[in-house]
Amino acid sequence: MKKYKWLVPTLYIIFLMLPIYWLINMSFKTTTEIINTYSLWPQKFTTENYVKIFTDSTWYMGYVNSITYTVFNTIISVAAALPAAYAFSRYKFLGDKHLFFWLLTNRMAPPAVFALPFFQFYSSVNLFDTHIAVALSHCLFNIPLAVWILEGFMSAVPKELDETAYVDGYSFGRFFFKIFVPTIAAGIGITMFFCFMFSWVELLLAKTLTATEAKPIAATMTRTASTSGYELGLLAAAGTLTIIPGAIVIYFVKDYIAKGFAMGRV
Amino acid sequence: MNKTINQKAWFFVIPVFILVAFNAAIPLMTVVNYSFQETFGNNVFAWEGTRWFKQILLSERFHAALARQIAFTFIILLIQIPLGIGIALTMPKKGWGVPVCLILMSMPLLIPWNVVGAMWNIFALPDIGFLGHSLNGLGFDYNFTQQPGDAWFTTILMDVWHWTSLVVLLSYAGLNSIQPAYYQAAEIDGASRWAIFRYIELPKMKKVLTLAILLRFMDSFMIYTEPFVLTGGGPGNTTAFLSIDLVKMALGQFDLGPAAAMSLIYFFIVLLVCWVFYNLMMKNEAQS
Repeated sequence: MKKYKWLVPTLYIIFLMLPIYWLINMSFKTTTEIINTYSLWPQKFTTENYVKIFTDSTWYMGYVNSITYTVFNTIISVAAALPAAYAFSRYKFLGDKHLFFWLLTNRMAPPAVFALPFFQFYSSVNLFDTHIAVALSHCLFNIPLAVWILEGFMSAVPKELDETAYVDGYSFGRFFFKIFVPTIAAGIGITMFFCFMFSWVELLLAKTLTATEAKPIAATMTRTASTSGYELGLLAAAGTLTIIPGAIVIYFVKDYIAKGFAMGRV
Repeated sequence: MNKTINQKAWFFVIPVFILVAFNAAIPLMTVVNYSFQETFGNNVFAWEGTRWFKQILLSERFHAALARQIAFTFIILLIQIPLGIGIALTMPKKGWGVPVCLILMSMPLLIPWNVVGAMWNIFALPDIGFLGHSLNGLGFDYNFTQQPGDAWFTTILMDVWHWTSLVVLLSYAGLNSIQPAYYQAAEIDGASRWAIFRYIELPKMKKVLTLAILLRFMDSFMIYTEPFVLTGGGPGNTTAFLSIDLVKMALGQFDLGPAAAMSLIYFFIVLLVCWVFYNLMMKNEAQS
């Protein structure tokens, strides 16, 4: 039985890759070929779908917009979560447990509940259709997550590290940035990975809060699908391209992922 | 860790508090506001008391959506948790297979949710999709856009494809944290494979599994984008889960009062289940 153990993960990975392969397969076909013939690989190999995306600004600006607000959100979430996670891991203060649970409840709030109020709220403060509005709205679920993961990593660092530094005459600021942050660098990497991931894959809020200027690629795709007929080849090519940033990010953090999950957070 | 009492720690928490309050409290107040009032547009409101709550709680439409939601969440937990544990148990522990498995298995997690829906739509179409074409070729009468059973099958298969990896990664991390000494002791005692799993591996995975169930519960209960793109809630309303139904009511029909009341009931259900889980988790953490 041991000999055939590799079969399970292999079959699972094949199952995972099939729909992705099908999407890539479609992206190299013309729309007429997709609709009229069924084939396991492109009969008339074409890159015109990709050419269209890279030459049409409504398409490629979608990617730029998505990446912009995702990066904004990752920076804001991690920067705000660092001191808070430190406070939760090191100190007891009035209402700390309730505050922690309240933060987590926001990770549990269905985005559908918030879509309409967000639209009205961000319109009323004149932030509608800006990258910063989407980045701020994604803080709703990314900040609790970031605090949660970082707190796990920080609690694993013994408190003696802090105390020794103070004895050596470090001020809090110098200690935090020169000693503490490098110590939990892996944790910060994991946190950034998850913030990036959840901001990148979310669509409902991003779509609700944007019209033209900051429209995410995912919204460009759904709107194209509904307005200009059924351009499956183009849709498949755009979809394939959205997989790439994620794949790049995974490659860089692959060694940390297992470690990050091992902390029992996330 | 023994923590020192320090009220000044609040200053560290203030940025997070402001950002989240700005995002959560203000919109939530708007929802609460709508849920008790009737609006006629132009910012004219009339007090309605608990009318919308009663209407939603008694409406068949809400009961049906809630029943579908519970069934869906229950089925995917029942499939994903055992499947995830099984795959984690058979994954390589060292060598070149580890990064290959980790990278390939994480892929579905990083694809935008509407792309997941669109991808599965293309994959499952009866005439041109691989899944649909193969199933029909095998003699099944498969068409997820017209037959409710097929729509459910496709939605569940899509979710299994999308999220099982999360359970796998969590279980794998839990398994890796087990010291080799445990296995050696089990070998000396001549424990069976099942006994090793039941008495060593499963207890060690308890914490990550609680977390996996919690995350899968939360996210599957809030599922919106993937089924919306795949089936649009159809055929009919057969795959219109709570979020889909809610967005339809709020943005489609602009029934703000009932939609707001439904939002609050919805949020309350998620919160209640998560609170129970959170306490269980914290109890586990205190024990270990």
